[in-house]
Amino acid sequence: MGVSDGPPPFQLFLDTHRDEVWRLLVRSVGPLDAEDCFQETFIAALRAYPRLKDGSNLRAWVLTIAGRKAIDAHRARSRREVPVAEPDALDERAHRPAAERDEELWMAVESLPERQRSAIVLRCVGDMRHRDIAAAMGCSENAARRSLHEGLSKLRKVVPS
Amino acid sequence: MSTSRRDPDEALILALRGTLSPDGPHDGAGPADGARSASERLAVRAEREGLADILYAPVDTPFGSMLAASTERGLVRLAFPEEPVDSFLQALASRLSPRILRAPGSSLDEVRRELDEYFAGRRREFALDLDWSLIGPFGRRVLRATVEIPYGGHLSYSEVAAEAGSPRGSRAAGNALGSNPIPIVIPCHRVLRTGGALGGYGGGLDRKRWLLELEGASV
Repeated sequence: MGVSDGPPPFQLFLDTHRDEVWRLLVRSVGPLDAEDCFQETFIAALRAYPRLKDGSNLRAWVLTIAGRKAIDAHRARSRREVPVAEPDALDERAHRPAAERDEELWMAVESLPERQRSAIVLRCVGDMRHRDIAAAMGCSENAARRSLHEGLSKLRKVVPS
Repeated sequence: MSTSRRDPDEALILALRGTLSPDGPHDGAGPADGARSASERLAVRAEREGLADILYAPVDTPFGSMLAASTERGLVRLAFPEEPVDSFLQALASRLSPRILRAPGSSLDEVRRELDEYFAGRRREFALDLDWSLIGPFGRRVLRATVEIPYGGHLSYSEVAAEAGSPRGSRAAGNALGSNPIPIVIPCHRVLRTGGALGGYGGGLDRKRWLLELEGASV
């Protein structure tokens, strides 16, 4: 294809990646929330699209957006599901609700450098193997493994398990 | 397959994944159906939120399925059936904007309606808004002069060039007409050689002749 400069026409980008994004979302948030996450993913992509420098690595880019929308959906859902705790009955540190810990974990993921965050999102949300992460990110398998490992090491420092 | 050793990375991956728990079974419509209908709804939303700079759709005509593209200003491109969708889209993306989506449902119905009426001989003038942004300054002068040629009439290349303010520019006018991005609606088929020979046409001379006959032009 004659991709000169700039990304390809959005419709072609959508046609190329929609099935994979859909599968990732159904696997990570289930079929009920997949629809909303799908819309949020491609609307976010559409907003950012004119600012893209070129058409390289669009697959990793959109799968990472989708992974982050899936994480948002989980965070929103766990916030809805958290029962209202009685503050005086709890030692906050020991008994923080699980949802709050999850939230913290994903916020730490958000703060990682782009490639490490992508690798983690693709691995954990997309359930992708190193080889597929490498293909999605357009890098070697070793580089993907390294990004994933570095990201996870940083996470462990921030969030002791 | 999966590692059983207590790799700390694997443990953290499991912990992260444990925070995500899908609802129930994934039966029902297959991924292809879900993704297809979701991307159609996306186009509706993108149009509503003004995020699609260009919408395009196929339009059935006696020549076959043509492709029409519109911006918020109006019709910007009409392509004959032999133009591949990919190159049609690529050209729009590189010249105007990559935010191009297939038009949802009825958004290009006005274009379809006017073309239907024209091809049925019931419309002599198009009322569609046009977006001239694919046309350069000289081309605009030439094509604006072309729009003024009445249904069933014709001008010569040098007459159109003169109308465009360059009486000696008939060859340049021919080039501008040849790269008309909105044929039929901008009726470049109404421009002929002096003496009445057909000259050229981007969609092929058979179509030029056909259009002139439809309009009852005396050629």
